[in-house]
Amino acid sequence: MVEWNNNDRVAGILLVEDDPSVRTALELALSRQGHSVTAYGTGEEALDHVRARRPEIAILDVMLPGINGVEVCRRIRKLDQLPVILLTARGDDLDIVVGLEAGADDYVVKPVEPRVLDARIRAVLRRVESTATDRISFGDLVIDRGALKVSLAGREIHLTPTELRLLLELVRHPGQVLNRRYLLRVIWDHTHAGDSRLVDTCVQRVRAKLEKVPANPTYIQTVRGFGYRFSPP
Amino acid sequence: MNTLRQLFPTGLRVRLVITFTLVAVAASALVASMGYELAKNALTKRTEDVAVTSVVTVLERITVPLGSLWPGELPPTAQDLEELRSSLGGSGRQVVMEYADNVYGAGTLTIENVPNELRARAAWRLVTQRVRVGDNLWLLIGTQVQRTARDGEVQPTGLKVFVFVSLEEEQRLLNELRSSLATAGGITLLIALTGALFSARRVLLPVRRLRDAARALGAGHLNTRLPVRGRDELAELTATFNETAAALEKSVTELRTLEAIARRFVADVSHELRTPLTAMTAVTELLLEEAERLPDAPAEAVRLVVHEVERLRVLVEQLIETSKFDSGAATLSLETVNVAEVVFDSLEVRGWTDTVKLDVPSEMTFNLDPRRFDVIVANLVGNAHRHGAPPIELHVRETPNGLELKVRDHGDGIPPEALGRVFDRFFKSKSVGSGLGLPIARSNAQLHGGTISVRVQKPGTLFTVWLPRT
Repeated sequence: MVEWNNNDRVAGILLVEDDPSVRTALELALSRQGHSVTAYGTGEEALDHVRARRPEIAILDVMLPGINGVEVCRRIRKLDQLPVILLTARGDDLDIVVGLEAGADDYVVKPVEPRVLDARIRAVLRRVESTATDRISFGDLVIDRGALKVSLAGREIHLTPTELRLLLELVRHPGQVLNRRYLLRVIWDHTHAGDSRLVDTCVQRVRAKLEKVPANPTYIQTVRGFGYRFSPP
Repeated sequence: MNTLRQLFPTGLRVRLVITFTLVAVAASALVASMGYELAKNALTKRTEDVAVTSVVTVLERITVPLGSLWPGELPPTAQDLEELRSSLGGSGRQVVMEYADNVYGAGTLTIENVPNELRARAAWRLVTQRVRVGDNLWLLIGTQVQRTARDGEVQPTGLKVFVFVSLEEEQRLLNELRSSLATAGGITLLIALTGALFSARRVLLPVRRLRDAARALGAGHLNTRLPVRGRDELAELTATFNETAAALEKSVTELRTLEAIARRFVADVSHELRTPLTAMTAVTELLLEEAERLPDAPAEAVRLVVHEVERLRVLVEQLIETSKFDSGAATLSLETVNVAEVVFDSLEVRGWTDTVKLDVPSEMTFNLDPRRFDVIVANLVGNAHRHGAPPIELHVRETPNGLELKVRDHGDGIPPEALGRVFDRFFKSKSVGSGLGLPIARSNAQLHGGTISVRVQKPGTLFTVWLPRT
């Protein structure tokens, strides 16, 4: 069976925030929660850091001088499956959607309470831990629940931890419609009034990697107004 | 007053047409009747003159001795008189003569048809009169033939001649004239009506255009203008309308610009406040924990700062939310959700599950924006906690066309004078809360196409939200 490992882990956090006060304050708060934080003021510095030190999670301010947080996220995605949380000062819907499409796992709106940020970090970092070693296949799609690997027609597909958790959750209930609220709760730990665009963009990213024609999906189907369903071909 | 208005049509078109037609008809009737009278008199006079002349000519040529005979003269024979009578007659004429107690006549008319008064007057001179016998009109010429004696004295002869001249032909002519005049009148009436309608249209078309333009202006189409044609009063009015519309558009545009600047300013300020607030919020927990190790006074100060930072955070959040509604940037993302779950989550995350009595159907699903619905529930229940008193009750039920959410508390209630203002921004009956919660709740309900209302209960206050089914 697939289980979520939710123990009190501390993470190596890459924080990118241009405002020195906010940067210092977040460093203080996150360190106090037990995380080890490395903070930078620009995206360029941060990208160098990703290559050199390989943190466990990146927290990116969207409005940055030079290349912005969304672009940093996009470049990180090309390098790595590193989880990314966007820190948006605007709460601007467009920024959020663009950021999520660029591959961000979650976002928080400033001013954020440290407790909330910590909860989001832990939710995104939660790894899938498997006690089962089975491989299941649906046509070309093969999911190895022991090694946590997904392949399509023999070619391995790289999913971020969030994307993998979403896929595994859908696969766990084949043919059953899972609503967005449920998915937000189990994947993102959003206990209330979560943003369902997190689910929608994540599904789109998984489809882009999985489906032959993402606009006409066969594995993950949309049930309008309700949610999503995994239907084995 | 109203019944009067209904009796007399007040529309400009009707009034114009009626007036125009009345004037045209009156003028043509006056001209026609004058013309008819003149024609009739001329015709009658001519007929009379011709008839009288012919009668006088015949009478002057009489050779037979009449009246008191001169020596050597013989009284006229009946044949003489009959000849005279027939020479006076002719087509359309009938003659009656009276001589020496004998009456000579041959037609349908007799001496009985001669009015006595005319008979008397005819003894002295030639008289004419129109008489009607049955259906026919006649000109009656009556006279007594006189004879000039040798000594030059004029003496009556006792021969009275009455000539009936038929006026049938004149009657016919006059009848014809009358009917042509009537036809002409009818045509005039038609022309008048057409003209009236046409000129009414010419006047009313610009008026109607002005009305439509004014209506469009009222509906917010401030760029409405009309082409100015001609140089009459209506053209002047149209030009004035255009100037007014231009002035209105200018000032409204200015106002809108100012409003947009003000709105933009609020939005910008709120956004700018976020950065320092983020730094402050991030360290509040740390401060609170440290406060426990501080002496009482500085610990109190730290708690106060932390509390006010939280208040500021909520205020800035609500200002940003409000400015999103103002700029029309607020969007709805609908989802079919289990209402009971959303309501329960909303209360649970704020620690209100023990203080609110819930009455929500467990299996009810509804298409709504869960984040916005959460804001509505949180603001109404939060409001009940701050301003009301327990028990706080929350009911949800499905109505035939939507969802109804009621939040009721049992506090002192809202004072009647404040009831109409609770949804106004920054209106606070007590100095707690931001004064933006209820306006935001209302904006969220309205974004769903729904409504929110408040009613005073005894005791307490009842807020009712209704969202339509989509």
